[in-house]
Amino acid sequence: MSSPATGRVGGGLLDPGQLVRSLPDALKKLNPATLWRNPVMLIVEVGAVFTTVLAVLDPSFFAWAIVVWLWLTVVFANLAEAVAEGRGKAQAATLRAAKRDTTARRLKSPTATAEEDVVPAPELRPGDYVIVEAGEVIPGDGDVVEGIASVDESAITGESAPVIRESGGDRSAVTGGTKVLSDRIIVRITQKPGESFIDRMIALVEGANRQKTPNEIALNILLAALTIIFLIATVTMQPLAIYSKLVNPGVPDSPALNADGVTGVVLVSLLVCLIPTTIGALLSAIGIAGMDRLVQRNVLAMSGRAVEAAGDVSTLLLDKTGTITLGNREAAAFVPVDGVAEQQLAEAAQLASLADATPEGRSIVVYAKQAYGLRERQPGELAHAEWVPFTAQTRMSGVNLDGRQVRKGAATAVMKWVRDAGGHPTDEVGHLVDGISASGGTPLVVAEQGRVLGVIHLKDVVKAGMRERFDEMRRMGIRTVMITGDNPLTAKAIADEAGVDDFLAEATPEDKLALIRKEQEGGRLVAMTGDGTNDAPALAQSDVGVAMNTGTSAAKEAGNMVDLDSNPTKLIEIVEIGKQLLITRGALTTFSIANDIAKYFAIIPAMFAAVYPGLDALNVMRLTSPQSAILSAVIFNAVVIVALIPLALRGVRYRPSSASKLLSRNLYLYGLGGIIVPFIGIKLIDLLVQFLPGIG
Amino acid sequence: MSATAAGMLFIASLVLAMVLVHRPFGDYMYRVHTSVRHNVAERVVYRLLGVRADVEQSWGVYARSLLAFSVLSILVVYGIQRLQDKLPLSLGRPPVTDHVAWNTAISFVTNTNWQAYSGESTMGHLTQMAALAVQNFVSAAVGMAVAIALVRGFARRRSGTLGNFWVDLVRSSVRILLPIAFVGALVLVAGGLIQNFSGVHEITTLTGGTQSITGGPVASQEAIKELGTNGGGFYNANSAHPFENATAWTNWLEIFLILVIPFALPRTFGRMVGQVRQGYAIVAVMGIIALASVLLTNAFELGGDATVPRAVGAAAEGKEVRFGVPDSATFAAATTLTSTGATGSAHDSYTPFGGLMTMFNMMLGEVAPGGVGSGLYGMLILAVITVFVAGLMVGRTPEYLGKKIGPREIKLASSYFLVTPALVLTGTAFAMGSAEQRASMLNGGAHGLSEVLYAFTSASNNNGSAFAGLTVNTPWYDVATGLCMVFGRFLPIILVLALAGSLAAQSPVPEGAGTLPTYRPQFVGMVIGVTIILVALTFLPALALGPIAEGLS
Repeated sequence: MSSPATGRVGGGLLDPGQLVRSLPDALKKLNPATLWRNPVMLIVEVGAVFTTVLAVLDPSFFAWAIVVWLWLTVVFANLAEAVAEGRGKAQAATLRAAKRDTTARRLKSPTATAEEDVVPAPELRPGDYVIVEAGEVIPGDGDVVEGIASVDESAITGESAPVIRESGGDRSAVTGGTKVLSDRIIVRITQKPGESFIDRMIALVEGANRQKTPNEIALNILLAALTIIFLIATVTMQPLAIYSKLVNPGVPDSPALNADGVTGVVLVSLLVCLIPTTIGALLSAIGIAGMDRLVQRNVLAMSGRAVEAAGDVSTLLLDKTGTITLGNREAAAFVPVDGVAEQQLAEAAQLASLADATPEGRSIVVYAKQAYGLRERQPGELAHAEWVPFTAQTRMSGVNLDGRQVRKGAATAVMKWVRDAGGHPTDEVGHLVDGISASGGTPLVVAEQGRVLGVIHLKDVVKAGMRERFDEMRRMGIRTVMITGDNPLTAKAIADEAGVDDFLAEATPEDKLALIRKEQEGGRLVAMTGDGTNDAPALAQSDVGVAMNTGTSAAKEAGNMVDLDSNPTKLIEIVEIGKQLLITRGALTTFSIANDIAKYFAIIPAMFAAVYPGLDALNVMRLTSPQSAILSAVIFNAVVIVALIPLALRGVRYRPSSASKLLSRNLYLYGLGGIIVPFIGIKLIDLLVQFLPGIG
Repeated sequence: MSATAAGMLFIASLVLAMVLVHRPFGDYMYRVHTSVRHNVAERVVYRLLGVRADVEQSWGVYARSLLAFSVLSILVVYGIQRLQDKLPLSLGRPPVTDHVAWNTAISFVTNTNWQAYSGESTMGHLTQMAALAVQNFVSAAVGMAVAIALVRGFARRRSGTLGNFWVDLVRSSVRILLPIAFVGALVLVAGGLIQNFSGVHEITTLTGGTQSITGGPVASQEAIKELGTNGGGFYNANSAHPFENATAWTNWLEIFLILVIPFALPRTFGRMVGQVRQGYAIVAVMGIIALASVLLTNAFELGGDATVPRAVGAAAEGKEVRFGVPDSATFAAATTLTSTGATGSAHDSYTPFGGLMTMFNMMLGEVAPGGVGSGLYGMLILAVITVFVAGLMVGRTPEYLGKKIGPREIKLASSYFLVTPALVLTGTAFAMGSAEQRASMLNGGAHGLSEVLYAFTSASNNNGSAFAGLTVNTPWYDVATGLCMVFGRFLPIILVLALAGSLAAQSPVPEGAGTLPTYRPQFVGMVIGVTIILVALTFLPALALGPIAEGLS
């Protein structure tokens, strides 16, 4: 299950069946003890209770219709949250299956021959040693201290191909609930009971201990303030309404206004229509869905705060190898010395590389075939060949064939071989070698019979589409910094080719940490990926630290996200998801507030046109009757929540572009749209409800 | 030239004057508030007050200094009024009654200048000068100090302090308000305003009736009344009185003085935060709203959509003939757009929609361009709220001028936004809910409701103008409007200073391509939209039963 390479943020589709399945949960959430966390909807519920009482005391079809729709407003809001949570629950169920009760073979000491006892997995404590053999399930999170094994991690990553886990190095971390397929390993447990990776994943996707993020808290405060303002505006309207009725004697009582002022049912309707119910209803669903979109991309965020921070990131630290480049050097050119044909050099290079099984050697053979049409010869088909395989000591490979001796390898090694054979490499070779090094490439010299034929240019190959990606980042205001252990020259060449803004060459973990601190000093938020134990301090320091699942426990512990696919390029998608989350919140808030204008135009004339007939001029939608106007506004207010659930879950469409362009687009769509849509919606609903008894 | 054309020329010349002084005057105020040197006069004042002028204050200390100063001011103004018969230059007037003195003390200290009394028949010269005129200066200086402190909050990085309240107060008074008021007073005298210590003259009018006319130091008070966006007239008729506002030219000059500081402060803001374009954006918001409001008020008054106005061609009732309808309307818009509240005509007699405009201007929260200082800080709060809502739509947590708008900032900003609507609406609701208080209304029906709504809007927003018609010097109204003024002034100030403190402590986020640009027309449009929509949504029910009901019937 790998992520789409294009990385455009999309989202899961909403299955209508999900709405029905989530209904019981939505009804459970009507409990005020749960609802108090959402003050806007709590006000609606209190209003619904109040109007229910009024409708019981003084029943009319109109009052009951309002009561029903007010309750539906609360239910719809709960439904949005329940649907969002429901998707997480499905994922949690899969995870739980992996966390079935296992037993552990605990060792007295970390050797395979040590005495062992069998205990239930939950009894393991950090520091315990367990032995796991082929076919057994690893009982808890830990590090491999002895042995090597292939492990099936599909339970947590969804990836069916097994991965190798071995002691020492950066591939030592294992996760409880995954299965050893071959060999035998000894694992030192690092988790406390009930705090395993899978436990945390379950908690996260279920949203069980979901904490509100700072921005969510701030938005809630603003919504609460708006609610208070509208509460004041509606409540203080009452004496004014009573007075207006009083000074216009002879105006008959209406269902909206009598001598006691605006009727309770209508007053509550007005309040519910004005307070920001749309965003209030969808706010937590937006947050849960944001986390969920990450999970769908196989990224686990340890907190919502990290997702939010991702949207704010202004510096991305990207490891060169694996993120920007494919990871291996590949042959990119054959540069012959004077007097040697390219074809001749290519043939010799291919011959000399047949016995070189390293990726570099393979790439030379492939390049010779692609660029020069040289058929790949199998070592067996050249009968008399004496193969000289590549080793780290000789640093060259080659073949002795019918008296021909061909070699290729590191410049110094091959030059020495040439001199030993009595040859004299010319200065020209030195220039070629230096030239390739200077351009950031790696030179390999090819020689035959004591004569240098030319140089192979090996290059780091930048992944396709990276430059475009980085251009996008720049438009979004994000600076990309490439981190590499290469020398500055090589680093610069690749940085230029990939189009990153800056690079850090010969980087040590300390350099990385210092760079992050420097960026943060200037007020920038930094995101990075890492997998090794030595990345841990930098991961902890960065604002968004994405640890690779293949990495060490220390790295996973230090970061605030884990990428189960271990794909460092995903950092870019994570940033986009963070931005999308914030945009969705802003867009729906704007939409919600803009909606109020139309509702006023529906409700104010409905309440007061009886006493001041001139106010009927405000009834621009020409709604049928006061009752139908108020009911239509309330129905629209409720229905719009359901209509926007898919948008809240999917997120507003996001394309990387400048802040200004993004804003214009969203302002037109959700600001202007938010003003216009309810005028149309309320009118359409009015056309239907006017046929109801006592409404039209 | 027709009256309308003359009126448009009047407005155009004011706009031009604002454009011309915006930059040099804003730069001057920038230098005043960033200079490290104290002049001789200031050093004397600091020594007398025992102020350590070079010690910076945290927001809490700043706020406490401001409140202490204001409480003391209220006590002094109250004391002088109550003891005026024992003090010189009393013109033999008795002490001001307790509830009126309380209301007046609060009114002048809060820069409201709501007048529950009639100036020429209640106050002696010393009360006018030592109590009221002094507050005209310092209450404006307090507003400016708060605005400057908020701007410092945006400009500073990782700072625990906002400057020194006493220095900001004294400098605003000594270097900005006093010199301009002095020159302004001289010009106004030249324009026909009086400036003397004469007492009451009994005059027999042409028709044979008697009239008592009080002289006094009018021009000096008039200049600071407008410059400090105070609005408390020497005479009950305020700027409609010929001694306070003699000709069309003094009318122009008074409007100029009203607008000059509020419209120049955004430049000071731009300079202090190191990005003048941010200041231009803020002044653009203020200017566009103000101009739209002035033009609409003129249109409603000249259109004069009522029986009598239709007969005479415009809504001329309650307006001075020497100014004419358009210039009176422009004065009315200017005085309500700023927190001045001086009146050159009777707003009660405006057409329903013209009257609606004056109310709506105040309901905006006095931000376009608002009072001295209070206009700028009110507008910056609205910018913060706009940034918060719209800023999310660019995919970042909101920031303004590099400062993050987080839970604490939004809590303070939205509380600020809550205060005045809450005061206006609850005050109006209480008055309208009581038959006894309703008896103070001159008119019945929707117009009577407008009178009460106007009174509480004016008091809570520290404007101070009166719609007229409503009898407000009763104990109930004195206490109620007094509470509105005091809470409407100091709660927002405390919230603004707290916000400034939390902003100053932050280290700014550098601007990049992903940051919401807050200097483009796009942002200007957004702030205008948010301001008008929020105000409209808050006050529409009340307005619908008052001026809108009246205007549409």
